[in-house]
Amino acid sequence: MTDTRAAILIAVSAIVTALLRFLPFLFLGGKRKTPEFITYLGKVLPFAIIGMLVVYCLRGITPLVWPHGLPELLAVAAVVLLHLWRRNTLISIAGGTVCYMILIQFVFR
Amino acid sequence: MSRKLIKQVIIKTIPVMTGYIVLGFGFGILAEKAGYGVGWALAMSVFIYAGSMQYLMVSLLTSGASVISTALATLMVNARHLFYGVSMIERYKGAGKKKPYLIFALTDETYSLVCSGDTPEGANPHLYYFLVSFCDQIYWIIGSVLGALAGSAITFNTAGIDFAMTALFVTVFVEQWLTADSHIPAVAGVIITVICLVLFGGDLFLIPSMFLILTCLLAGRGKLDTPVKPPLSGGAAAADSALERGNGHD
Repeated sequence: MTDTRAAILIAVSAIVTALLRFLPFLFLGGKRKTPEFITYLGKVLPFAIIGMLVVYCLRGITPLVWPHGLPELLAVAAVVLLHLWRRNTLISIAGGTVCYMILIQFVFR
Repeated sequence: MSRKLIKQVIIKTIPVMTGYIVLGFGFGILAEKAGYGVGWALAMSVFIYAGSMQYLMVSLLTSGASVISTALATLMVNARHLFYGVSMIERYKGAGKKKPYLIFALTDETYSLVCSGDTPEGANPHLYYFLVSFCDQIYWIIGSVLGALAGSAITFNTAGIDFAMTALFVTVFVEQWLTADSHIPAVAGVIITVICLVLFGGDLFLIPSMFLILTCLLAGRGKLDTPVKPPLSGGAAAADSALERGNGHD
């Protein structure tokens, strides 16, 4: 990817992010009530989107070919267990990442 | 602007400081390793300023994503910001010249600090919100610049460090799972995406997944939407929202 293209993609992402942040103030800043289906989506969409993003991150695994996604599944399990145990985002992320790096560099080479 | 207020702001933002410096650092390393050094990391942290989106941005850049898929991915990943905005409309009213920046800098973490609403006594709330927002972005920028600088100095094998993004999302998923009223949206998000991944393959599945998730959630609204109003006014509320949807197209 050329630098210009990369800069354009970053600009697109920046503009869309800013739009999302500004839209409610532009359209609902007055006295109009928020449409109920927006309020509803605001409640349920974040859960579904994070689920989607987890799958997106794991799209590269090959269940039918060695190592059958084992490093990813073990590291995800480590993150879940760490988070259930300490409920500290930083510990969960750092622990899971170190676990994954060890798995792919030393165990499933 | 008093010294006391600045001190109060820094104390208040310490949790975000540690989180942002560490997560920003991870982002900086990831960007540098993908060939996007300090200048790029800095630009993303200044202009995009959305944590999980910036992690995703690195993989979009390296996979040669299109403008449309970048825009759609940003739309879906950051859609939650619409709802932060909705809940801050009242609080940010009358902020004057500070308002555009307050809105721009409304990240998950900043939202969690400003929506709690405990402005220090005697302080101008909008000045306080502004300082909190500004400090948070400074922490994020410092973290990502340090990470990008360290990335070029790190000589050990960093293969697998990109798992930090997966770990971030898994952590958020678990956190949401523990606090959600219903697990259906989370499960639907995972299952729909897996089906689309199998059907469309690793390069094309994200957009159909997004549309299917939106469609299914809207279709399941009757079952998933927990009533906020007492049952007696239910008929009137339904009529209201039908009216609003009808008028929503103009």
